Amino acid sequence: MHVAILGNGITGVSAALRLRELDPDCRITMISGESTHHYSRPALMYVFMGHMRYRDTKPYEDATWRERRIDLVRDWVVGIDTEQRSLRLHRGEPIGFDKLVLATGSKPNRFGWPGQDLPGVQGLYGLLDLKALYDNVEDCRRAVVVGGGLIGIELAEMLLSRGIDVTFLVRERTYWGNVLPAEESAMVNELIRHHGCDLRLGTELAEIHAASNGRVGAISTKDGERIECELVGLTAGVSPNLDVVRDTAIAVGRGILVDPQLRTNIDGVYAAGDCAEIVTGDERSTLQQVWYTGRMQGHHVAASILGDDAPFDSGIWFNSAKFFDLEYQTYGQVHRRIPGEENLYWQHPTELVSFRIVHKDGVVIGFNMMGTRYRHEVCERWIRDGVRVRDVLPRLREAAFDPEFFQPYERAIERAFTEQLS
Amino acid sequence: MIEQSVLDHSFDEESVEFGEPAARARREVGPVERLGQVVLAGGVISLVVQIFVGTWAGSWLGFASAYGGMVVGAAVMFVGRYRGTTPGIKHDGVQFDTMTSRGVGGWIAALGLTGLYVALYWAPGLLGHGTGAGGGPGGLVLTVDPLARVLTGGAASQWFLYGTLYCLAMVVFGVRMLMKYRHNRYQKIRTVSVVVAQVGFAFVLANVLVLFQLPYYEFNGVWPLKYDTLWPEKVSALWAADAPHGAFGVFLVFWTAVVAVLGVPVLTYFYGKRWYCSWVCGCGGLAETLGDGYRQLSDKSTRAWKIERWLIHSVLVLVVLATAALWLEWPGAHGFKKAYGFVIGAAFSGVVGVGFYPLMGSRVWCRFGCPQAAILGLLQRYASRFRITTNGSQCMSCGNCSTYCEMGIDVRAYAQQGKNIVRASCVGCGVCSAVCPRGVLKLENGKGAGDRYSGADAPLAQFLEDLREPPRP
Repeated sequence: MHVAILGNGITGVSAALRLRELDPDCRITMISGESTHHYSRPALMYVFMGHMRYRDTKPYEDATWRERRIDLVRDWVVGIDTEQRSLRLHRGEPIGFDKLVLATGSKPNRFGWPGQDLPGVQGLYGLLDLKALYDNVEDCRRAVVVGGGLIGIELAEMLLSRGIDVTFLVRERTYWGNVLPAEESAMVNELIRHHGCDLRLGTELAEIHAASNGRVGAISTKDGERIECELVGLTAGVSPNLDVVRDTAIAVGRGILVDPQLRTNIDGVYAAGDCAEIVTGDERSTLQQVWYTGRMQGHHVAASILGDDAPFDSGIWFNSAKFFDLEYQTYGQVHRRIPGEENLYWQHPTELVSFRIVHKDGVVIGFNMMGTRYRHEVCERWIRDGVRVRDVLPRLREAAFDPEFFQPYERAIERAFTEQLS
Repeated sequence: MIEQSVLDHSFDEESVEFGEPAARARREVGPVERLGQVVLAGGVISLVVQIFVGTWAGSWLGFASAYGGMVVGAAVMFVGRYRGTTPGIKHDGVQFDTMTSRGVGGWIAALGLTGLYVALYWAPGLLGHGTGAGGGPGGLVLTVDPLARVLTGGAASQWFLYGTLYCLAMVVFGVRMLMKYRHNRYQKIRTVSVVVAQVGFAFVLANVLVLFQLPYYEFNGVWPLKYDTLWPEKVSALWAADAPHGAFGVFLVFWTAVVAVLGVPVLTYFYGKRWYCSWVCGCGGLAETLGDGYRQLSDKSTRAWKIERWLIHSVLVLVVLATAALWLEWPGAHGFKKAYGFVIGAAFSGVVGVGFYPLMGSRVWCRFGCPQAAILGLLQRYASRFRITTNGSQCMSCGNCSTYCEMGIDVRAYAQQGKNIVRASCVGCGVCSAVCPRGVLKLENGKGAGDRYSGADAPLAQFLEDLREPPRP
């Protein structure tokens, strides 16, 4: 059996490695036009800022692929023939397959703003964007970053680290307002400003204007304000990358449509990761565009190919990020506006540290932490076991994960939350 | 329907790499940092004048103006540099800076450091040893003479100069560590510990013993790192010493034996080898302070790991053989002793160990040569409670941990699988945990040794298995 995997990001690689673990005999070919080897996409910001070199972002030594007999092909797939079961490549000869995994990832959104295709306007997703960024920051005095989410704040940090002034347009009233509760979001707003970034909450991009040299020269907001800039970063979310799939018989919606076993409508063709839209019922489907679920879906699709028909289950939600120097972790359901949900929130009086427990009917359903680390395994277990919030408070120590000698916050949190509960 | 610009993409990220972006990072030098630079420059000028012109050389005025100026100036400079920044990891530009990325600056620093060590060991006259009045100290050695007279009661030698420079470097770069990691208590406490251990116990106390006509002894040095402390020559000198320091000499012999035989295994069982390697050891102390800027230069490849395993344990075998040969008076023992002292003691641990900081990182000796590290490492891997726990699922394989591991451990390989890191070479510096942007790593002394990795509950079997291949995750 020959399994071809389209895409060498975390999803494609997880699928390839798990497949090789489960089946020592099948032939595996991983195809990517973006890079020769798998690299960590979230690490690109550190390459730009000089923390790491590109080669440091590769999670596996190059010999790993040879050792595990996973063939790598560096080329773009430009056509998928589902009848002939072959892939047409941009440069090389066609590749036949028995099973195909589509792990094409996502693309930065472009919502049709006038001027969005001008030179100097770009998203930030992969190596092509990083290369473009190097070109676009030359002679750049001010950049406008459009879209208040994780990639936007990272791009702002990258640009500020090179001495470029940044104006950050956030459509919501507060940074990442649909994910972060008000208090945590307010912490980040202040942090963004503290780093010298010109933060514009409740501000939307209207148009991008060209300068006399044909490159971007300014933007206008929907309020009519004009801001001069030489670079525009479009970081208003991502959408599944369907470029190569659109002209095929593979069914797509917002993403490549798959069932809970990650199978598309074509027999032997699967999709996983950012590009996959998992249909879980009538009118219900999920897009998961996070590194962690990409990894999990990659593992799952490997099992599915070998006949395991268990439905994909991403388990209890978790995520983490870093806003400049502020670390964030989340477990379970936070800020979901579930009827009956209640919040316990504590913030350190002077340090940038906060902790939140979301509970419903006395039982813990979610955690948020800013500036302090907690054990995933323990938080997940508490949520899964439906531990009562009153029982968790005296046991917070079990989940504490900050380095040794760090000031412990559990007592203060327990005191504050016990008071809030009564 | 892929865009043409995408299809045309032919940038070879592997061979070309990205390098430094064109936009210049704007870092203004603040007034405090500027003041520090001026005072530092003044100190350097004073030192140069003393060495080449002779004015004030050997006087307290000379010592204070040169070393006081350099130390205070550099410390103030570091304080000023980090003071206005937000507390957090400060690695912007590390890969672009000529000093920290094997650029021209790094090579010059390496040549300078290597040259200094070569002079210390084999051409001390270049540093002024014996070139002064009546065969006394001259040149650079003379400039630390006032301190030598106070601490030891005698004239300065090149070794006293070495100790002075070593400690001052640790203090100054210790200040830098405290500022750089002021958001991280583990780093701050560990830095203070290792600076106090070296400056207090391996320099001031060791020299003051001489002042009281007691034997010179560095209390943070242990056999087999300080290999001569258990060699017959030193032991019999200590043991058979006449009063008034006869009892003290005996005490030192017992101290050495107790630390080596009892202290090492017990402390390593509870805390891992970090209690010594990054909290007490002098070599480690310089590596963690002066060497902090060079962590990322260590080789993380499996190939380097394989070389490391064979090399470090070979040195351990050699020092054990040398010790045995001397005690049992085997033929050729003295030649062996001299060869060991030259190749391992001087060239490897000194010249290469420090001279190569700007080229191969700060822990070349610790990782590839130190027999003490070999013993501590075996204990840590098979009989210790220490581990680095991982919040594995939060790992997004960025690579910061591996990049900044000074021992060349591929920390990421374990973290991305959610596995504990229990490696013989881990010195527990904690920097991997500090640079991780997702809170994945935590250094911990667990409740037992058997739960750390699969196979840890049967250490001997695991050891035999590890002999064949390095235990990759």
